[in-house]
Amino acid sequence: MSRVDGYGRIDRTRTLAFTFDGVGYTAHPGDTLASALLAHGVTTLGTSIRLGRPRGVMGAWTEDPGGLVQIEEPFPEPMLLATTVDVVDGLVARGVAGQGRLAEVADTARYDHRHVHCDVLVVGAGPAGLVAARTAARAGLDVVLVDDRPTPGGTLTGTETVDGRPAPEWVDAVVAELAAAPHVTHLQATTAFGHYDDGFVLALERRGEGSDGGARARDHRIRAGRVVVAAGAIERPIVFEDDDRPGVMLASAARDLLHRHGVLAGREVVVFTVDDSAYAAALDLRQAGASVRVLDGRSEVPPGWTRRCAELDVPVEAGTDVRGTLGSDRVRAALVGESRREVPCDLLLVSGGWNPTAHLFSHVGGPLRWDPELVAFRPAGELPRTTVVGAANGTYALADVLREAGGEDAPTAPPEEITPRGMLWRTAGDPARQFVDIARDATVADIARAVGAGMTSVEHVKRYTTIGTAHDQGKTSGVLASGVTAELLGRPVESLGTTTFRPPFTPVPFAALAGRDRGDLFDPVRTTAVHAWHVAAGAVFEDVGQWKRARHYPAPGEDMAAAVLRECAAVRGSVGIMDGSTLGKIDVRGPDAGVLLDHLYTNLMSTLKVGRVRYGVMCGNDGMVFDDGTVLRLAEDRFLVTTTTGNAAHVLDWMEEWLQTEWPHLRVRLTSVTEQWSIFAVAGPRSRDVVGRVFGDVDVSNDAFGFMTWQDTTLDGVPVRLARISFSGELAFEVSVDAWHAPDLWARLVAAGAEDGITPYGTETMHVLRAEKGYPIIGQDTDGTVTPHDLGMSWAVSKKKPDFVGKRSFARPVATDPQRKQLVSLLPTDATTTLPEGSQIVALPDDGRLPPPPVPMLGHVTSSYRSAALGRPFALALVAGGRDRVGEVVGIPVGDMLIAAQIGGTVLVDPEGARRDG
Amino acid sequence: MNSPVPPGAALPDHPDFLWRTPEPKPSYDVVIVGGGGHGLATAHYLAQNHGITNVAVLERGWLAGGNMARNTTLIRSNYLWDESAAIYEHSLKLWEGLEDDLGYPILFSQRGVLNLAHTEQDVRDSVRRVEANRLNGIDAEWLGPDEVAKICPIVNVSDDIRYPVQGATYQPRAGIAKHDYVAWGFARRADEAGIDIIQDCEVTDFVVDGDRVTTVRTSRGDIACGTVALCAAGHTSVLLDRLGVRTPLQSHPLQALVSELLEPVHPTIVMSNAVHVYVSQAHKGELVMGAGVDGYNGYGQRGAFHVIERQMAAAVELFPVFARAHLLRSWAGIVDVTPDASPIVGHTPYANVLVNAGWGTGGFKATPGIGWAFADTVAHGRPHPLVAPFALDRFVTGALVDEHGAAGVAH
Repeated sequence: MSRVDGYGRIDRTRTLAFTFDGVGYTAHPGDTLASALLAHGVTTLGTSIRLGRPRGVMGAWTEDPGGLVQIEEPFPEPMLLATTVDVVDGLVARGVAGQGRLAEVADTARYDHRHVHCDVLVVGAGPAGLVAARTAARAGLDVVLVDDRPTPGGTLTGTETVDGRPAPEWVDAVVAELAAAPHVTHLQATTAFGHYDDGFVLALERRGEGSDGGARARDHRIRAGRVVVAAGAIERPIVFEDDDRPGVMLASAARDLLHRHGVLAGREVVVFTVDDSAYAAALDLRQAGASVRVLDGRSEVPPGWTRRCAELDVPVEAGTDVRGTLGSDRVRAALVGESRREVPCDLLLVSGGWNPTAHLFSHVGGPLRWDPELVAFRPAGELPRTTVVGAANGTYALADVLREAGGEDAPTAPPEEITPRGMLWRTAGDPARQFVDIARDATVADIARAVGAGMTSVEHVKRYTTIGTAHDQGKTSGVLASGVTAELLGRPVESLGTTTFRPPFTPVPFAALAGRDRGDLFDPVRTTAVHAWHVAAGAVFEDVGQWKRARHYPAPGEDMAAAVLRECAAVRGSVGIMDGSTLGKIDVRGPDAGVLLDHLYTNLMSTLKVGRVRYGVMCGNDGMVFDDGTVLRLAEDRFLVTTTTGNAAHVLDWMEEWLQTEWPHLRVRLTSVTEQWSIFAVAGPRSRDVVGRVFGDVDVSNDAFGFMTWQDTTLDGVPVRLARISFSGELAFEVSVDAWHAPDLWARLVAAGAEDGITPYGTETMHVLRAEKGYPIIGQDTDGTVTPHDLGMSWAVSKKKPDFVGKRSFARPVATDPQRKQLVSLLPTDATTTLPEGSQIVALPDDGRLPPPPVPMLGHVTSSYRSAALGRPFALALVAGGRDRVGEVVGIPVGDMLIAAQIGGTVLVDPEGARRDG
Repeated sequence: MNSPVPPGAALPDHPDFLWRTPEPKPSYDVVIVGGGGHGLATAHYLAQNHGITNVAVLERGWLAGGNMARNTTLIRSNYLWDESAAIYEHSLKLWEGLEDDLGYPILFSQRGVLNLAHTEQDVRDSVRRVEANRLNGIDAEWLGPDEVAKICPIVNVSDDIRYPVQGATYQPRAGIAKHDYVAWGFARRADEAGIDIIQDCEVTDFVVDGDRVTTVRTSRGDIACGTVALCAAGHTSVLLDRLGVRTPLQSHPLQALVSELLEPVHPTIVMSNAVHVYVSQAHKGELVMGAGVDGYNGYGQRGAFHVIERQMAAAVELFPVFARAHLLRSWAGIVDVTPDASPIVGHTPYANVLVNAGWGTGGFKATPGIGWAFADTVAHGRPHPLVAPFALDRFVTGALVDEHGAAGVAH
């Protein structure tokens, strides 16, 4: 055991049991998997991805390139850093060899999203963040403070003092003040992982498995007036031979393990540094009982630190370096200096200086610049709404950090003398054994090959060597790679820069980002007011846009084909009723309503008289049909526009875009009323009887209530609108009522139709009936390449209007090409085959056999059904020059067969339109 | 202890030399603007097929650092319309021999693509596309949900998702490749042939004489040119603007992302439009995925996070086992989208300026095909039949190749 008394914020009164690589161990609350394993002397956690070399913990936290584990229990999770896994009782984990494993079952944990708004978001609860948050809180601002570690304090876990008090005490006091402040939200274990424009920051709060049935994690979507990045800095290693061996560790990591977890990571310690900060680690480890030796790569060593080292019997050697390590699964000696003198050790601490953690500054385009004094890239320049303070800004001395973050009344810390930092990327040695990115097994030799191949950009070097692409995204290796590359190119490192920091700062589980948008909540399920009736009636539903629509109502023993034939026969023979409530409905109101609709529809709408209904087609700029529907004129300044079910939102967006960007002078307001109105189609020769029975005071005769007119009435005081609109070619009424009263009205219509055998029918029957009449479904019989003319709807294209959306495209040469694809019907000549929808159409060869590819295509089958009225299958199709080919027989490849079918006009049932008026 | 090196985790070695870093010469027969995949492939085929080597490729940043470095590397040819199918199938055939042609391990892996159908209309569109592909001689099948599950067992084909899988189209010859290696392979061969690849060289303007461009102005000086071949994706409209030529290109961010390295779990490519995500597992083991474009125009190579969140929801919906995979890195490329979602290739009003742009989400898979056909177009000064349908003037004539209207799946 390497646990030392008197150190760490662990609860030694409680013991947790966990398993790693099949061996049972114990830990204490407050332990990470890394600290618990190191406490038991387990230094090798897994093997490396390419070379199979042993890998262990090298960093304190998310920067660790080495200590990857796979969690098996309580739920499999791949590729986590042992330094970031809190030990829980029953945890089962194992080391990984470079690849993680996903669970084979779905994750049932809950993940939430929260929207958070604040004046100031402070990222990081180290000295800078705590002071910044306190200052903002004292000013009465709404503050959110997030910090990714389980406990606050950042680097203030050790022997520093603030305002003359031990730093941990000071941290506790600030945290208590923030907790008592009214407008402060302070979240630990919460990683701000992405920063986007306009103060938008994503932060993931980790809440543990099955925490009281609550969410395992919360994705906070924070919109902040100002973002204060106080994320600290990450220590940088120095590259030398076999620097990847377990037991080689960042100096800060060893100090962190001691002060947070009471773990002394080695007894015989060598510290190799070019930066003063490692001396604190050396002294702390010495005081915890280790023997320590400092090798300073600089010729000048810091006098103050050296003096304190001498007092504690820590020898300091200046102007030397570490060239390599000895050992197998764990370092046993450092090879020091030109002579490669063996210095025994079981822990080799390294510090090549620090890199400001400026990721959140970079995410929003903040530039970084090389600071030769700092020996690091640091934020340069201003960004709106963003402040970087403390070590993240390249301010390292504690007193300076506090002043930068806290201004006038900032707390104080003792001044520090700083010896000039050394710039040392690597020491002399065999480049093939000098690991730059330990997570990717990438060495100086790999960089040298990239440079030798002609690469001069760090982005190319990254891609050639894969440095910086692992789980840690180069937190320790990225700048190192820039430095080594610069050295090899003989260029200053500032001319190379760094690769781009991109979100997320640390890995985020997919499910946490999905949140609750899964299953039924993936996309809202929309149902009509009468949905329960359809369910009770045994309807089979289909998804149309977000809606669940009744597709057909099978009687016991019926398949869809049989049900649809029965429903079709019922409508054409007597009467059927269909729930059409999903149709998009847009209330268009204002003095210029007619002008707007004239601009958007191909035909004239402004001439429509109040009380009447007109069918209209909308085209895109390209002249292609994109929606259709009926328009009711409700008043001089008011229309009700209906759209297809799936396109309702798009049509409203389209109308709004034109209105707001091109014709803002038009006095029109658009309101979606899709949800407010339910619409039922009552169709068939007996529909007049049924509607007449329910609405006794309405004269439903053809003379009083003509086709394509509407009337308002009431039923027991409830407003109802009736309209003579038919999508089946039959006599038909559309009955509209507010959604609240819809189930009742539906029931009354069904009851009133009982004596006529009223039959509920679904979308499939609707499709068959309309296809028999040649009415296209936009989006099924069209595909964005079809003009109204192609559909045989030239009658719906105004020749009078000076302009409308799409008109100019009709003047393009291609628009009048006689070989355009046109909507026609197809009758399979065998009168029995139902052509698969989507089938392609080819010329029928003389021998009736499909030639080898490529085979020219004439068009495709858009709709295909069996018709009760025709007693045979039929189809609609888009066929090149189709209207001129009526009577021609073409071939349709179906599997290995070539089915012959004859082209015909689109109206197959009641071409005279005699049935429309009953 | 675990097994040492996991399968698939190792990447092949690169050649020891890739390309020179020459100073620009005063003049070239052909100046290719844009050192991405298309520019480099055009350079390679100009040299290899047409013996034209007095060529410069001008790249304003680092080579192949634009969309070539930012795509999800999907390669397929199962497009609906004949014109699209022809160029993409030609490209796929070149992909099938590219590793030998370039002498570079581009990790081309023909693992097939499933395009899922979730609605009745998806099914119609899928059948239509499969039948069209077959008549064009392109491998394509329509599969039911059970067959989908056989090919990719981790797809949730049960009814307990919002939009159940009703089937899929399947193109077995589709695949993925390592994008950087493809670019470097082309660059290396072009460089070997004597073509100058010039990085950090931004084209700022053109010198015009009548209907010809005589000189390309760059951040590294003026370069006289015989022919100018624009391969600058979304920035093509900015360049042509300098010549007073309007190009109907809309540039949007399109984001993509990767997970950490995972043991093999996903053997093919799955794309879905209704539950919008597409995903494959790359050679090292990371899941690579993307979804829809960001709504707003822009050249900034980053998008909005809600797009990523939505994509993750779709991924977990279709692949429940992905729940605890981790998003490791996200980024954005810039897709250059035309009104009909098909590219613009061929002549401009300037006699010696040829354009190749507007590939939207299809640019990577087209790389060898368009490089080959564009080089032919440049060499002969007339559109190769494969690119003839994609002329700029189609937006005037109306002869569109409407891939997004026409049930063409995105990406």
